[in-house]
Amino acid sequence: MTAPLHETSAGESTATVDAAPDAPGTPDKSGTSAKAIEGRSPWKIAWTRLKRDKLALAGAFVVLFLVLVALFAPVIVGLLGHPPDEFHEDQIDPLFGTPIGSWGGVSSEFLFGVEPVNGRDVFSRIVYGARISLLVAFLAAVFAVVLGTVLGIVAGYFGGWIDAALSRVMDVMLAFPQLLFTIALVSVLPNELLGLDGSGVRIAALVVVIGFFGWPYVGRIVRGQTLSLRNREYVEAAQSLGAGRFYILRRELLPNLIAPITVYATLMIPTNILTEAALSFLGAGVKPPTASWGQMLSTAITTYEADPLFMVIPGLAIFITVLAFNLFGDGVRDALDPKGSR
Amino acid sequence: MMSSQRRRIAAGALLAAATMVVTTACGGDTGTDGDKGKTGAAGFNAAVNKVANASDKKGGELKFIGSQEADSWDPQRGYYGFVWDFARYYTRQLVTFKAEPGAASTELVPDLATDAGKVSADGLTYTFTLKDGVTWEDGKPITSKDIKYGIERIWAQDVISGGPIYLQQVLDPKGEYKGPYKDTTPDKLGLKAIETPDDKTIIFKLPVANGDFLQMLAMPAASPVRQDKDTKAKYGLKPFSSGPYKWESYTPNKSMKLVRNDKWDAKTDTIRKALPDKISVTFTTNADDMDNRLIEGEYDLDLNATGIGSAARQKALQQHKGNVDNPQTGFIRYAVFPQTVIPNIECRKAIIYAADSKSLQTARGGPQAGGDIASNMLPPAIKGADPKADPYGKLAGAPDLTKAKEALKKCGKPDGFKTTIAVRNNKKIEIATAESLQQSLLKVGIDAQIDLFDGAQTSGIIGSPKVVKDKGYGIIIMGWGADFPSGQGFLQPLVDGRFILPSGNNNFSELNDKAVNGLFDQALKETDPDKAGELYKQINTKVSEAAVYLPFTHEKNIIWRSSRLTNVYTADAYNGRYDYASLGVVK
Repeated sequence: MTAPLHETSAGESTATVDAAPDAPGTPDKSGTSAKAIEGRSPWKIAWTRLKRDKLALAGAFVVLFLVLVALFAPVIVGLLGHPPDEFHEDQIDPLFGTPIGSWGGVSSEFLFGVEPVNGRDVFSRIVYGARISLLVAFLAAVFAVVLGTVLGIVAGYFGGWIDAALSRVMDVMLAFPQLLFTIALVSVLPNELLGLDGSGVRIAALVVVIGFFGWPYVGRIVRGQTLSLRNREYVEAAQSLGAGRFYILRRELLPNLIAPITVYATLMIPTNILTEAALSFLGAGVKPPTASWGQMLSTAITTYEADPLFMVIPGLAIFITVLAFNLFGDGVRDALDPKGSR
Repeated sequence: MMSSQRRRIAAGALLAAATMVVTTACGGDTGTDGDKGKTGAAGFNAAVNKVANASDKKGGELKFIGSQEADSWDPQRGYYGFVWDFARYYTRQLVTFKAEPGAASTELVPDLATDAGKVSADGLTYTFTLKDGVTWEDGKPITSKDIKYGIERIWAQDVISGGPIYLQQVLDPKGEYKGPYKDTTPDKLGLKAIETPDDKTIIFKLPVANGDFLQMLAMPAASPVRQDKDTKAKYGLKPFSSGPYKWESYTPNKSMKLVRNDKWDAKTDTIRKALPDKISVTFTTNADDMDNRLIEGEYDLDLNATGIGSAARQKALQQHKGNVDNPQTGFIRYAVFPQTVIPNIECRKAIIYAADSKSLQTARGGPQAGGDIASNMLPPAIKGADPKADPYGKLAGAPDLTKAKEALKKCGKPDGFKTTIAVRNNKKIEIATAESLQQSLLKVGIDAQIDLFDGAQTSGIIGSPKVVKDKGYGIIIMGWGADFPSGQGFLQPLVDGRFILPSGNNNFSELNDKAVNGLFDQALKETDPDKAGELYKQINTKVSEAAVYLPFTHEKNIIWRSSRLTNVYTADAYNGRYDYASLGVVK
């Protein structure tokens, strides 16, 4: 994607690292020489690179579109669809339970057709399903990143037994059978918990579980980066000037970890979307009748021969979303870390 | 008796009740559509409650295919319904189901015995005399001792596990006998409740009378097993035949082949036609693939007969309707309201009135794959059933919102209330019915959350009244079918208050009405099926009045019948499956 830029990238990146002792954000005060590089923060450089990456931009636009769709779901459905849980059994052939209309009942009234058996508007359910997918994926990613960064940086910086203990915990977590655990967990969850009820409990559970099993991935990367950063000159300089540990963690190490964390967070979201879909598919997702893409796929299995479109649409929704996030994430990675191999 | 699910239900009932569950099998359906298929097929519903392609022509190979292997082919261990049907190829019993279509199949006729037994006036002693000329596959005669030994095997539950244990419960309720493998008497015939004064006579002595005892003797579990041929736990791999066919080869989960037993004498057997020369069974793990191969004509019928999957259903019904039958299975699908969670009868009535029966039927699969709308809890084929009894107007198919709102007012919750629907997470159709019920209840303000529970944990979750109360399950979605076609057992585990159990409970509503319980005691003693039927009718009315059940459908099944099959008919005694023992094939 950024192949033509490689040579310059390498140069720029060296410049970035050289500038690092002052940490990003602090205006660069060095050069008067090369105009193109002068006066640009690492973030600006990354942004310039990202802008040149057409595929990443396309991904970003799709992501933005999906976020808007999710945010304005009630408005969109109000204009173009029906309430997502409303039955339209007049659209269903009672003998087979399949939509009467051809192509899964697609019409100007039902843009993506109707669901077999109960005739719910597939368009509305896809739009509302986007909310669940994105909400769970974002929150779980945030949860994992926060937990992973804090624990990773602590492990990497303090080392010793703390590192040993945290690293073992991460190993255990990575080996844990996440799917089975989640399926078992949701079956014992109460209907109401901490003021949440119905699907609220399930969404919270999905976020916590997916996030909880995701943090070691972030943690390991952060730990590794911290290990290599903590012996850098600028850290030693700060130490010799009497900076406290917390100050060093926050002001010297964390800013330099932002890039890898951002990259990882962006790439984690599509994985989370897939995990959420898989869990919903297996019946451990949100409760019916709340719409979710994975659940729609699972429902579609029984009628895939008679009504293939009902399987194709949620499948496409998941596919497009994951692809868009991945393209965007790859772009962000290339922009922030041009040395990374591809 | 139909799927693993069926077995679980039955097993749950056993665990729970340790009493009898009697069944239903249904026969109300009169197949009217007489579409002739393209392939010389006999027509839609041609074999429902009547004989299609009647023929006595012998020969050919009857080819079964199945996606579910038997739990065991050992007559004392099999519990799946299709095993009971298939077992008549290689086992015989004292009495068995009549070889007639539909409801007539539930009549019991003598098989190994000369008559249907002499019953003493107090109903405690049953005496049978064996026919002359009945033999094992090696030509030796079947004796009363072989029958006793076969039945004794049920007691050895540590080895011979998994089958129905009704006979054990009825003949030895205190569990005094330890089974033939721990029997210290020299001939291993130590069970006191059965006497064999000579090789031709067998006498059963019951501690307590039971009007359904003959039904239990008709199960394959009452088949003879010869002591020198008993391979214990391995018996199911090659049962020693007393019927018209014997084992030729068997590879579990792959295939099996039965060939004629030339020692079987047709003159001694009024039931089994034994038309094909060979019977083969092929097992596959892919049910969709199985349906397609049936439609292509590679095989004759589905051994399990659990119905054509929804993937192939449309193709079968649209292009090969003449090869399809749509019998009742004797199952009822329903919602039940635990009284501990919704104690007010008017609130329960509100749910019943507000439910949209038509929508629930569609969710179950529509009138053909789902079944007829049910208005009360007794399936049509059971004596005492009245399919027209409709106290809540459900047969109209539409919800009665006015009455629902009135009921809500009387309940003191005019704006509705919150409750939870419990539904098994592994049954997509049940989840669909839960969503339908949720939608229609919302229209009167009843806010029902759907809670999916692990379908494999049924007996510990909804089967536990404590868990039900703790979780606030006001509505539970379930299905029910029982093990043999008579009334008490179909309803008793569901509504008799003495059947409420701390776990493995099936009386989910926890109905405990003295009048209902008393009527069961009367019905249990009644040996005249018609008089017993009257009592079940009264019980059923009282159950409707208590407003603890919302029946959805009397289940139906869509099953495939190849054009090669002759002498095909569905039997209520086998849950709407074809009577396998009568089938033949054109060459």
